[in-house]
Amino acid sequence: MERIPIIRMGRWLLVTIQVDMYDQLAMTLQQDLTEQIARQGSEGVLVDISALEIVDSFIGRMIANTATMARVLGAETVLVGMQPAVAITLVELGLSLPGITTARNVEMGMALLERVSTSRA
Amino acid sequence: MTTAVPRVPNIMPLIQSAASTDFRSLLIRQRREVLDAWVEEQLKQGRVESLPAAELRAQCDQFLSLLAGPANSDSILDVNDPAWMPARAFLADLSRSRARLGFSPSETASFVFALKRPLFALLRREFADNAQQLADETWLATELLDQLGLLTMEEYQRGREEVIRSQQHEMLELSTPVLTLWDGVLALPLIGTLDSARTQIVMETLLQRIVETGAQIAIIDITGVPTVDTMTAQHLLKTVTATRLMGAECIISGIRPQIAATIVHLGVDLGVVTTKATLADAFRVALSRSGRTVTHGSSDGE
Repeated sequence: MERIPIIRMGRWLLVTIQVDMYDQLAMTLQQDLTEQIARQGSEGVLVDISALEIVDSFIGRMIANTATMARVLGAETVLVGMQPAVAITLVELGLSLPGITTARNVEMGMALLERVSTSRA
Repeated sequence: MTTAVPRVPNIMPLIQSAASTDFRSLLIRQRREVLDAWVEEQLKQGRVESLPAAELRAQCDQFLSLLAGPANSDSILDVNDPAWMPARAFLADLSRSRARLGFSPSETASFVFALKRPLFALLRREFADNAQQLADETWLATELLDQLGLLTMEEYQRGREEVIRSQQHEMLELSTPVLTLWDGVLALPLIGTLDSARTQIVMETLLQRIVETGAQIAIIDITGVPTVDTMTAQHLLKTVTATRLMGAECIISGIRPQIAATIVHLGVDLGVVTTKATLADAFRVALSRSGRTVTHGSSDGE
């Protein structure tokens, strides 16, 4: 079965989505990610969606829910590299992802995570 | 002119007896006279002085040929008949070009209506001894020219609409310049009323530029937006949210006191959006957020 790899980088987890998301894939990712956070006690999750070109309301809600779950488990989620079309679609769908931190690219996302986790420590 | 003239009179007598000449065969026989009178009539009405006389004459001449074209007498009163296609196309062209040249509707329509006087004068002379036929032919000619005149108006209107559409399009392009104020700081000065179509373009342009430049802060300046209603506020909020989702920050500047009052009276919740009164204030915030400060330089550099 197709899976999206979750890479461990010290205290953080890195997820890069390089394929088009479909519902089952998103649900598997949510499950895998929450398990990894719980097992490794990660402090932050960086999700790179720069290759994601299409979202629907389900995927949008999955992203929001996954981020909330991560926060409950003690990890901050940073969403990086969202494409304009995806941003417009999410806004039109009314999914403004209020609790999620965003950044332009992976580098800025890393810097942001660094700041957030030091301020929380 | 010489091509159409000999052909049609040869056909006409086959369809109708030679005695019952109708106004169109008259038009063909007396073509030069009608043409002269028609051109003169238009010049006398004084609405076409911006057109060269030669061009006007050529247009009239061509239209007379096309008018003689639909030889089938059944189709004479139905300008939607395929036989009328060339004449319709010619009128459409003429009306649109006149619309673009800035002619008024009546000036454009007078091209066809000015033909009435010379034509009726001709009919009156020709059928002076036959009141019945004079009435019939006058009626036919009136009906035909009225239809053609209406067609001219429709095409004129269509031409004007095309002008409006292209202007609207140009305005949309003009109205969304995204400026780079500083490394990583974009500004979008909005001028004019924001409607849904425009906001969509503004949003797309801004987000696209954020991707291209990797900017982290975007300032939307609404100094030039005359009024803010709930829809406009809603559009602005959408743009701000989309910018945030992309990982950039958005500051709204240029909010005048009246607009601030309107926003409060409308109960619009601008919530977490950073707002400033002037673009300068917003720029200062943008610089400090990206870790820069502006100081009076007494010496060169730091």
